[in-house]
Amino acid sequence: MSDETNGPYTKVSLAEGVASSQTTRRVFLKVLGAATAATSTADAMGWEEYFQQHYKRLTDDDKRAIFARLEQQVRDRQGVDVHIRDPQPLDGVEFAYALNLQACVGCRRCEYACAQENNTSRSPEMHYIRVLQMEKGSLDVERSHTGYEGQVPQQGHYYMPVQCHHCRDAPCVRACPVNATWAEPDGIVVVDYNWCIGCRYCEAACPYFARRFNFEEPTLRASEINPEQGYLSNRLRPRGVMEKCTFCLQRTRQGLYPACLEACPTGSRKFGNLLDPNSEIRQVIETKRVYILHEEAGTNPRFYYFFG
Amino acid sequence: MADFLAFLKAAGRAVVKGSPAYYGWLAFLGAWMALGGAAMGWQLLNGLGVTNLSDQVPWGVYIANFTFMVGMAAAAVMLVIPTYIYHDDALHDVSILGELLAVSALVMCLGFIVSDLGRPDRFWHLMPIIGRFNFPQSILAWDVVVINGYLVINGYIVTYLLFTKFRGKVPEKKMYMPVLFLGVFWAIGIHTVTAFLYSGLGGRAFWHSAVLPIRFLASAFASGPSFLIIALIVVRDRMKFPVTDAALDRLRQIVAIAMILNLFLSASEIFVEMYPGTVHSASMRYLLVGLHGHHKLVPYIWTGICLDTFAAVVFVTRPLHSKQKTMIAACACAVVGVWIEKGMGLVIPGFIPSSLGEIVEYSPSFVEFSISAGVWALGGFVYTMLLKIGVPIELGEMRKPGVPNVPIGLNAFGGHHGHDDHAHGGAS
Repeated sequence: MSDETNGPYTKVSLAEGVASSQTTRRVFLKVLGAATAATSTADAMGWEEYFQQHYKRLTDDDKRAIFARLEQQVRDRQGVDVHIRDPQPLDGVEFAYALNLQACVGCRRCEYACAQENNTSRSPEMHYIRVLQMEKGSLDVERSHTGYEGQVPQQGHYYMPVQCHHCRDAPCVRACPVNATWAEPDGIVVVDYNWCIGCRYCEAACPYFARRFNFEEPTLRASEINPEQGYLSNRLRPRGVMEKCTFCLQRTRQGLYPACLEACPTGSRKFGNLLDPNSEIRQVIETKRVYILHEEAGTNPRFYYFFG
Repeated sequence: MADFLAFLKAAGRAVVKGSPAYYGWLAFLGAWMALGGAAMGWQLLNGLGVTNLSDQVPWGVYIANFTFMVGMAAAAVMLVIPTYIYHDDALHDVSILGELLAVSALVMCLGFIVSDLGRPDRFWHLMPIIGRFNFPQSILAWDVVVINGYLVINGYIVTYLLFTKFRGKVPEKKMYMPVLFLGVFWAIGIHTVTAFLYSGLGGRAFWHSAVLPIRFLASAFASGPSFLIIALIVVRDRMKFPVTDAALDRLRQIVAIAMILNLFLSASEIFVEMYPGTVHSASMRYLLVGLHGHHKLVPYIWTGICLDTFAAVVFVTRPLHSKQKTMIAACACAVVGVWIEKGMGLVIPGFIPSSLGEIVEYSPSFVEFSISAGVWALGGFVYTMLLKIGVPIELGEMRKPGVPNVPIGLNAFGGHHGHDDHAHGGAS
């Protein structure tokens, strides 16, 4: 397609991956696209993709075919070999996160490590983590700033990174009219990018500003693509759908830490299995002064802040 | 079946016949629809990035218009309740025009929702069985059910009444009265559910208010019948539809009470937010006086409040509303005022400041403006078409070949027509 290379960036839309030789098929699908009042991307989209069922209704065979198709699309368009997997939640695991406000210096390395790991769009730039520069003496986010620059930490301030809180009573999950977002058994709230209709009601419902919408085609250089991808997490997203932090499930379900935690130079970030009495996260919650953000919203998050 | 084909044929003939002014009106609407269609194509091609929406303000003029139009659709009951529940005949003959307005408003609601979706091609995900519907958890899922249900209810009522009269028959009560009563409750339902969409979000203090549903209904019953007053004067003057002064005055009483109640409820909300001065009042402060140097909506909302107030004063002051021109102006002010107040005046401040305290302002882009104008023109077009079909059938001018051209159930000329069935049974 003519928009394949546009400036330094390459479009990564998954919806446009039809080989140019399939002309008759494309003409046919164009008619279909018009008939179903589909978006511009639908004209080049296969039947399988358009009528793909909800994630929870897919069989293992369906998944294999879908992953192969997605991998092929990235290969055709960007020349990058990616591996899409679907790591399942582990028995006896419920993930939780804790963040040490006393130690965080506001360097935003977590924010950029997250973008790198999770293949978020570079133009327009999207970040799952937002680091708030708070005023000392106030927990009021309305007095915070995100656009601070220069050396950190700055006098009179402390820093509060915010990302998806993976709530136990998640307003976004309740809001979604088509069940395109849900909490997995290990507590991770995920989005089915192929099922989301893009109504953004979840975004209105979220009290943590944790959800991000692809208003434009997400773009990423081929060299910037992280090839190790999870189907429900960091695979390349299409335009017009919602996405968010997934606690790096492509890593954490395989025993690795989230990218944001690994990037943190101060050790402010703690992550682990809430159900394991010996885990670090349990130690933090049991021994530190822990609080949760926007407790009044009744969301019961799996993300804690602490001092110490 | 053959009758229905004849009905469609006659309807087709009716909508293409008209004066030069009628064609001018259609051309005017057509131009806006063309602009809206082109803008819609551009948006489908390029995504919602062509709007001024953002992650901070993810809903804008589309959802604002949608919310307003749900109110216009619900307002049809304000013609039905006096007629069929209080047996007050003043609005008997014109209530079908309210039902037609409801159908047109619902078409616009669906138009605005489709315009707002990031992936409108995935609409089938909302359908039963093949889709996956988060019912009853999601209030948006409820909204899909009640809006489409209301469209079916009103579509059935107007089709049944008009088609029956077209065949020269008297509509049977048992065929439409139960649906009509269902529609009354359903109308309250669509606006209540739409209010719950907002007030059910615990994380948005500006909307998280129990007053919102009743405020929605009050403003709907102010704006909808105000629009109908103008529409009735137009069909009386242009299409010779018998609209009595009693009908117009009954509507005036309704909009007067509804607008005063609306202003009272809005004032209560403002008091509760502003007087204690809690953190939660930030959105209201942004809306009314501006916040930290950001005040895009301030002149906008005060315009709305002034228009509402002016309308309320005219509605209750006899020397003012007895002049038709002043009354029409007041009705237009009520429609625009409510559109401001419960449209962008309600939707946008809910997102400002964002839940992390950021202030990102919003005003619609040219594409959003064009699509919205296009949907409005589409609604105007649908209503015009429905009136062109409905009015001659009501007047008895459009009948199946071989059926006498007499009105059925229309009482405006004091019973000078052939049928004497108007008492709550004949026409709607």
